[in-house]
Amino acid sequence: MVTYSKKEYIVDIIIYMALILISLATLYPFLHVLALSFNDAYDSVKGGIYLIPRKFTLNNYKEVLSYPTLLIAFRNSVLRTVLGTLLNVVFTAMMAYVLSRKDFAARKLFSTLFIITMYVSGGLIPGYLLIRSLGLMNNFMVYIIPGLVWTFCIIVVRSYIEGLPFSLQESAMIDGASDFTIFAKIIFPLCMPTLATIALFYAVHHWNSWFDTYLYASGNKSLTTLQYELQKIIQSASATASNMQNNINPEAMKNKIITPEAVQMAITIVVVTPIIIVYPFLQKYFVKGMTVGAVKG
Amino acid sequence: MMSVPVVVWLVIFSYIPLWGWVIAFFNYKPGVPWNELDFVGFKYFVQLFNDPRFYNALLNTISMSFLNVIFACTLCPIIFAIFINEVRNIQFKRTVQTISYLPHFVSWVVVAGMVLNLLSVESGIINQILLKIKIISEPVNFIAKPDYFYIIVTVATVWKELGWNAIIYIAAMSGIDAELYEAAAADGAGRLRRIWHITLPGIRSTIIVLLIMNIGGLVGGGFEKQFLLMNPLNMNRAEVLDLYSLKYGLQQFRFSFGTSVGIFSSVVSLILVITANKIAKKWSGEGVM
Repeated sequence: MVTYSKKEYIVDIIIYMALILISLATLYPFLHVLALSFNDAYDSVKGGIYLIPRKFTLNNYKEVLSYPTLLIAFRNSVLRTVLGTLLNVVFTAMMAYVLSRKDFAARKLFSTLFIITMYVSGGLIPGYLLIRSLGLMNNFMVYIIPGLVWTFCIIVVRSYIEGLPFSLQESAMIDGASDFTIFAKIIFPLCMPTLATIALFYAVHHWNSWFDTYLYASGNKSLTTLQYELQKIIQSASATASNMQNNINPEAMKNKIITPEAVQMAITIVVVTPIIIVYPFLQKYFVKGMTVGAVKG
Repeated sequence: MMSVPVVVWLVIFSYIPLWGWVIAFFNYKPGVPWNELDFVGFKYFVQLFNDPRFYNALLNTISMSFLNVIFACTLCPIIFAIFINEVRNIQFKRTVQTISYLPHFVSWVVVAGMVLNLLSVESGIINQILLKIKIISEPVNFIAKPDYFYIIVTVATVWKELGWNAIIYIAAMSGIDAELYEAAAADGAGRLRRIWHITLPGIRSTIIVLLIMNIGGLVGGGFEKQFLLMNPLNMNRAEVLDLYSLKYGLQQFRFSFGTSVGIFSSVVSLILVITANKIAKKWSGEGVM
């Protein structure tokens, strides 16, 4: 063990202080939003609220939860996250399994096809025209199908499968199991840790997406998502910040109980909470997944 | 076999858009069949290269990507990783790391909202702090000033990705032989010298590989944050290539013109990636790709 002199303890203190400061800087914006979301909307406008609500209220949440649009948005966000992630994981695992089989003839070709897409893409407009010509505009499937698998995740899962002993598959083959049975009964269960990682990546992506709603589904109000609603609020907030002379029209706000800012804070908390609950438990897995992906990618 | 659906999907969603590149060479109009379109050659590329706003967008894209690679992908995460690596209290280390991953999982929409909030003129904490320590004498409307835009985007990215980008460096550091540290300590090397002479050289190849991989993304690099933080006043500094393509291509229904922007950035990225990979091969004897 390395021993430490007095001078080195000073270095220690500096490092601990720096890390505590970084952590506080990371957490502050979240806690600030939390405080604002529980504070009376018109009281917040006066400013001066940092970590603790001044006039505690649940009105912001009550109000937000009574907007039909937001309930639809919430439903869509949950639906695309659950359904989308499920399909993502299954198809990624299947593709990764096929690419891990050394006896598969087109393995090289398919791998190359996938890897090329990591570097070259058609770009915004050809993608848009494709989606339009496939009739996916203003269709819920636009959330699921275009992003079905990511090359990065295939690589992560493939290298995990390649790390499993091949003898497991061999003995199943001798017993007469089909490729699909091997995949479903042996590979899929064994891959759970790494599948949990990619499920997290996909789920976070679904939950956080707004641009596809903006581009492909803004014409259909029943397809809106939470992030897209949040984006609209922020867009108008940013526009008001840029022209200071007339920001909030008091007449327009008179009938409402809360301000757009309060809505923003409440939705932010609604959107962030599931993530805060889930990700610490998967930490061990995604850290591993990241390092594998980086080494092999 | 079971790879068929995914490969079909891949061809449709990745390779048909690539084929869609040809519309940049035609006078594309929605609804008009292919055989009736006029071939216009490089007309749209000429238009593109004659547009001063294109060069502005290119400059913005490269500048922000460059700042991103230097600060958000390299310098700050390495410093953070070194700090984490020096901590011996496991509990503390874990807590800090867990907190540091949090912003990565939060959407840019949420982060943009927080940025606007923190920078707000009336009550934003940044203005409050700067006023208190007397760096500024009156509140500054940061988000409305084009000159601050690069800095705002970079700081926000560092904040968001610090812990996440440090993961790989921390992993590389944990692979360094502990005996090296002990030997150095026995020879009387202090803490800082051990960091300088053992930790940093130990992760040198990781740093180089990651740097090279990031170079390919210099002209890509996303547009979400710029889109979200953009407003009419800071537009000049916020407009990156993708936004340019969105605004002057898609939103004005100039599909062919907009596609030429996409082709330009893809081709440049590809050249960068291949060059970077060659350099990597020379440097470390093995390619990244």
